[in-house]
Amino acid sequence: MSKKQITTTVNGVQQEILVDSTWTLLETLRDQLRLTGTKEGCSNGNCGACTVLIDGKSSCSCLVLAPEVDGLEVTTVEGLADHGHLSPVQDAFVDNAGLQCGFCTPGFMIATTALLNENPHPTEGEIRLKLAGNLCRCTGYDKIVRSVQDAAERLSRV
Amino acid sequence: MPNFDYEAPTSLAEALELMARPGEVRPLAGGTDIIDQLKSNRRNADLVVDMKRIPELLELSMNGSGLRIGSAVSCTDVYNFIEEHGGYPALSESAALVGSIHIQNRASIGGNVCNAAPSADTIPPLLVHEAVAHTVSASGGEREIPLIDFFAGPGQTVLQKGEILKELVLPAPPANTASAYLRFIPRNEMDIAVAGVGSLIEVDPSSKVVTKARISLASVAPTPVRAYEAENSLEGSVIDADAIDRAADLTVGAAVPITDVRGSAEYRKELVKVLTKRTLNICLERLG
Repeated sequence: MSKKQITTTVNGVQQEILVDSTWTLLETLRDQLRLTGTKEGCSNGNCGACTVLIDGKSSCSCLVLAPEVDGLEVTTVEGLADHGHLSPVQDAFVDNAGLQCGFCTPGFMIATTALLNENPHPTEGEIRLKLAGNLCRCTGYDKIVRSVQDAAERLSRV
Repeated sequence: MPNFDYEAPTSLAEALELMARPGEVRPLAGGTDIIDQLKSNRRNADLVVDMKRIPELLELSMNGSGLRIGSAVSCTDVYNFIEEHGGYPALSESAALVGSIHIQNRASIGGNVCNAAPSADTIPPLLVHEAVAHTVSASGGEREIPLIDFFAGPGQTVLQKGEILKELVLPAPPANTASAYLRFIPRNEMDIAVAGVGSLIEVDPSSKVVTKARISLASVAPTPVRAYEAENSLEGSVIDADAIDRAADLTVGAAVPITDVRGSAEYRKELVKVLTKRTLNICLERLG
């Protein structure tokens, strides 16, 4: 086991962090940077609760070692709002009740942000396929799909 | 998580020097298999070597002689590259089946190969496209291993201590060739194949005679396998429903599946027949 000094931009802020070589990015975000919006669910890449953006690409932070993100940009759910104003994706989830207990929601909002960056007008089928890596045990998914469709519309008006 | 050191070399020479160190040294590309395996004590490591900062392992290019996929290139990048350049449809559709989008963004095709799961989705497509594994080792040795000879058992490859997969090289598919990959899972997405089949055929456009056939099966043997008898039955035959049925029946001879939580051996044998028929029919559609 060894310590590594890494420099990573998290939600637009450059962070110098001393990490253990065995820490995951998820542990580092939650326990070192106290960014507890990112959740630990299954810990093996099935549930998507820990989804973050790494250089803009959605990734399961439970399957990334902290030193892997040295020099890269990480975006968590805390980085979606702009100076206290929720992003259009976040507003759409709130207005469409795309959540119940909320545990999966940060992952869904990050995955939705990545999806709409790449494909601003996804079909319902594309939304369901691209969000298949995020599990929700409360909503039955329909309200989440509606939230994503509404987010796409909101973003197209921006 | 067990204790291990981590290094991220920026040159191949440095990586090979690290790989040759004593103890259990594990290469890491996307990490989506190895990190989970380390957490759950299914593999161990004294040192993990991150391969994602080595230019040679990130190469992805296509020219007249074929496709080169550096061993650290992600499934997403391979999928997008083939969508743009064409030529290897079975491979791009399998790359889009590995886990979720979040997994595909990190998981590499090379990692899928080196992890050597019998169920790995990208391997049958690589086999039908006749991929060759180019390896390098610290001693300066280089090997070109036809991918069918790369697997030694579930989770086991023929790579020696200090040797890494550098790239996968796929020859350019001849004209009038089509390929397809299908797997069966009980859900719509995000699952491990109960069985998977990759098919490739080259068909003479005027006579409809098959001049080359390749069929490969996943999840029905300790390693991915080729269905040679089925391939031989197609080559030289006019491609029609009877020829496809005959080949599909013959794939069962290459399948030695186990019964487990995902399906019984009998069910898997039936699945490879059905998936072979379907993939061959998709190939025919793609040939137009």
